[in-house]
Amino acid sequence: MTAVNLTHEPIEGEHFHVTSATTGDVWEIVVGLEVHCELATATKLFCSCPNHFGSEPNTNVCPVCLGLPGSLPVLNHQVVELAMRLGRALRCSVEPSVFARKNYFYPDMPKDYQVSQFDRPINVDGWLDLPDGTRVGVERAHIEEDTGKNTHAGGSGRIHGAQYSLVDYNRAGVPLVEIVGRPHIRHPDQAKAYVDELRAILLATGASDAKMEEGSLRVDANVSVRRVGDTALGTRCEVKNLNSLRSLGRAIEYEARRQVDLLETGERVKQETRHWDEGAGRTRPGRSKEEAEDYRYFQEPDLVPLVPGPEWIAAVDAAMPELPAARRARLAETAGVTPAEAAIAVSRDLDGLAAAAIGAGGDPGRVLTHVEHDLAVDGAGNLDPIHLAALVGLELDGKLTATQAKAVLAEMVATGEHPEAIAQASGFEAMDTSTLEGVLDEIVTGCPDEWVGYCEGDDKRRAKLQGFFVGKVMKATKGRADGKVVTALLEQRRVAAV
Amino acid sequence: MTSVPATAVAIAAAVRAGEVSAREVLDAHLAVIDERETDVHAFNLVLADEARAATTEVDRRVAAGEDPGPLAGVPVALKDNLCTRGIPTTCSSRILDGWRPPYDATVVSRVVAAGGIVVGKTNLDEFAMGSSTENSAFGPTRNPRDLDRVPGGSSGGSAAAVAAGFAPLSLGSDTGGSIRQPAALCGVVGVKPTYGLVSRYGLMAFASSLDQIGPFSTTVADSALLLEAIGGHDPRDSTSIAEPLAALTSVLDRGVAGLRVGLVSELMGEGIAPDVLARVHAAAAALAAAGAEIGEVSVPAASYGLSAYYLIAPAEASSNLARYDGVRFGLRVDAPTTAEMNEATRTAGFGDEVKRRIMLGTYALSAGYYDAYYGQALKVRTLIVRDFAAAYERFDLLLAPTSPTTAFRFGAKTADPLSMYLNDVCTIPSNLAGHPAMSVPFGPGADGLPVGVQLLAPALGEATMFRAAAVVEAAAPALTEVAR
Amino acid sequence: MSERLTRDGVAHVARLARLSLTEAELDTYTEQLGAVLDFAADVAALDLADVAPTSHPIELANVLRPDVVGPCLDRAEVLAEAPSVEDDRFRVPAILGEER
Ligand SMILES: [Mg+2]
Ligand SMILES: [Zn+2]
Repeated sequence: MTAVNLTHEPIEGEHFHVTSATTGDVWEIVVGLEVHCELATATKLFCSCPNHFGSEPNTNVCPVCLGLPGSLPVLNHQVVELAMRLGRALRCSVEPSVFARKNYFYPDMPKDYQVSQFDRPINVDGWLDLPDGTRVGVERAHIEEDTGKNTHAGGSGRIHGAQYSLVDYNRAGVPLVEIVGRPHIRHPDQAKAYVDELRAILLATGASDAKMEEGSLRVDANVSVRRVGDTALGTRCEVKNLNSLRSLGRAIEYEARRQVDLLETGERVKQETRHWDEGAGRTRPGRSKEEAEDYRYFQEPDLVPLVPGPEWIAAVDAAMPELPAARRARLAETAGVTPAEAAIAVSRDLDGLAAAAIGAGGDPGRVLTHVEHDLAVDGAGNLDPIHLAALVGLELDGKLTATQAKAVLAEMVATGEHPEAIAQASGFEAMDTSTLEGVLDEIVTGCPDEWVGYCEGDDKRRAKLQGFFVGKVMKATKGRADGKVVTALLEQRRVAAV
Repeated sequence: MTSVPATAVAIAAAVRAGEVSAREVLDAHLAVIDERETDVHAFNLVLADEARAATTEVDRRVAAGEDPGPLAGVPVALKDNLCTRGIPTTCSSRILDGWRPPYDATVVSRVVAAGGIVVGKTNLDEFAMGSSTENSAFGPTRNPRDLDRVPGGSSGGSAAAVAAGFAPLSLGSDTGGSIRQPAALCGVVGVKPTYGLVSRYGLMAFASSLDQIGPFSTTVADSALLLEAIGGHDPRDSTSIAEPLAALTSVLDRGVAGLRVGLVSELMGEGIAPDVLARVHAAAAALAAAGAEIGEVSVPAASYGLSAYYLIAPAEASSNLARYDGVRFGLRVDAPTTAEMNEATRTAGFGDEVKRRIMLGTYALSAGYYDAYYGQALKVRTLIVRDFAAAYERFDLLLAPTSPTTAFRFGAKTADPLSMYLNDVCTIPSNLAGHPAMSVPFGPGADGLPVGVQLLAPALGEATMFRAAAVVEAAAPALTEVAR
Repeated sequence: MSERLTRDGVAHVARLARLSLTEAELDTYTEQLGAVLDFAADVAALDLADVAPTSHPIELANVLRPDVVGPCLDRAEVLAEAPSVEDDRFRVPAILGEER
């Protein structure tokens, strides 16, 4: 990894580029994500066992999800409903679909085939808009079954070090939707934003609880690189074992460096599956198999086609909650900011409060600041937006300092009282200027050297001493002074003094 | 001891009326089993104790004035590919060594709910793959009509059990003829219902899109009785037909006057033994005598049925049989890694024919060959469905042989798999189309062994098919017992 | 379809199906499977470009079940049938070379 210098070039906007230190060539990253998410149903995909995480091993099992001889699958209605909700939220068209068997042996897969949708998936051809405005295509979002879980025992814990494994089939047959994104992502941060946005959609539609740490949301990244300006896609590697957004970003960055390094030294990228090793900070090839996979897909004869009628699709559309992108756009319009600037409020689910407070006359900037940073998400729902607008008003009128406003806000959430009443009861009133002048007189007199330094020093020294004096005032007034006002008064005095 | 009636219909009526006890019925049949089972080997397992316990309950209900149901006290033998809770279910394979399913197949629950008495699990070609029951890991079943000959297959044990008088009723499964062909060879009635009429839940799958469970009996009425008990919608089987089952037992005496019956020309020539053909023509004449119009009809795609079947069925089987991997149940042959354990287990657990079909099906589905083999076979299936539809525009029912020959000798066809496959040529088209068909005995062939004639009907055409079967049965010449 | 199933082809298929064959079995199966495929050549040779495939004999769609929890199996009954069990789980030998 020596020949490559990795840079993020902001000039190129959203794109993440790798510049070769040897050739000076500039490469871009091309990423497509495959996301598996477990659907939030009561029961499994094809049987009535509970879809529940964390049960005692092998207790949520029946002949169907254990793949016992003679058992047959029956499709869960709610799986179709949730898959369609997700599909429509991703602007996919819902198509007649069929299930297929993907045949390969693996001990956590009870039938030694996975029932999945292959050539006719339920949701096709949609997209997802990122907060930064990028539109990422969605090729398909299809239904399939999850596997059980292997625990590796008697070895180092890594699969190939284990002497044996123990299998729990509680997760076998849990419904999944696999969302296959198009290779439209050009930056690790975009990849993270995509997953974030997808998670927000999954939560908004109630399709999944989307917990990466519990494995109900799993991300694989197809990563390739190409010289900027090239239109053909490079050879990609599929990176697996990405257990957090941080891993996702790091793995893409690593993989891009690795591939550029290979290509720059005249080697080729081998199409393969690679595993991210978070500890080592690198990807490693999966053990290559003797021969290429041959899954022998064919239509699952134990299931019949799924053809949701137009009424069902229309009902899903009608019940669709407002999605994050629309909420961002709406708040942005109300607040006079960009959709990206509205993103945090929406992700914290406080956009409704913010919009109402702005509607009640609150200053948009201050309202958004409170909503983004000062309010805990829990309990904020009780907050009266009119009170929030009033609080912001007090701040702008100089009646409360920023520090005081934060304290008042916490009280507002706790008690539901009006900010003015809280401020009064707490003795929070921003000091008027004449009182502050008096305080300042005393402090300046008590620190003559610092005052001279402030008046005559260079910019750096003056900035440092400004902080010193503001701190002194704050301490003397127990935080009731407005820092901005103090700074202004100091500056007035200095100008008068020289 | 009261004399026990011979047919299921008569037994159920007598038990319900309190004229004979279920226990007496059972004991009479267990006595026949004692006498002949060593020769015939119809069963993998006789459930004498469980069956006695079940008769106690039926007899208690009769005594209490309750109705135990339409199969009250009737002994029923089950093909050993139907899951029975806590009772070994083997598919006649070593790979299921000692497996006790934790659940009952839907048909088993229905038989029991109707008052039927499960007397045992019958032998079959391993995983229902075969036409002679010679492919059983537990040794072949012998034809009760001639112990030197095969009973047919794969449901040879179920056919033999009824033919030998071990039980008046049995259940089999039919993927390419596995009920009808052994019924013909053993001289009993065997029915493959419309695909989806009988739940497959708990039937260990061979080829899911072709498998169908159906009855064996000595009379047409008995098969109707059992089919009424096991048929009808099951929410556990996605391919189960939702419509209520049509009445069968009550329509048997309606005759065939005015029905149009077509002889399938593709199945009435080359490859069919002349004595078998003669019996089919005689059955046609009997139907004509009863008022049916007889004609000839061509189902051209039927000639491709065998090829299509031997691509489709192994393909589905190769996937259905993957789960026998030594992980969760049944046989395990240990090895250092899971992949090696899977391979060692499957290699030791499956017999030759099963391996042959798994490999054939794996090949037909594999990359580069799917379109030429599996994909093409699915299109042939479309042609067969079309050709049948055309035939049923002109005819209500079709008539054909069930098996090209009467029962053959052990070992006659085991060396050449293809010659064995040819046994199914007349039965396969109905499976590919999902249509009902049944075999009815119609007297002896030249060798004195039973010949079955096959009635074919369009989907859900069981009622008409059974009416014609009753007419054929009534006209059938007696089968002279041949020397064993 | 002119190319005949080869010995290597049979070996490949056996590997996919997790079956091991002796050299003699390999010969026998190559011969027997080849004969069946030759027989099926009539189907393979048909021109059916315009014919839709039939995967299933009956035309049903949208067979769905309500999302209501039902009974599960008794774990002891299930594990009693397993070839090897440890910690209430199915025990299998080491899993090699198949990280997913
Ligand atoms: Mg998948
Ligand atoms: Zn289950």
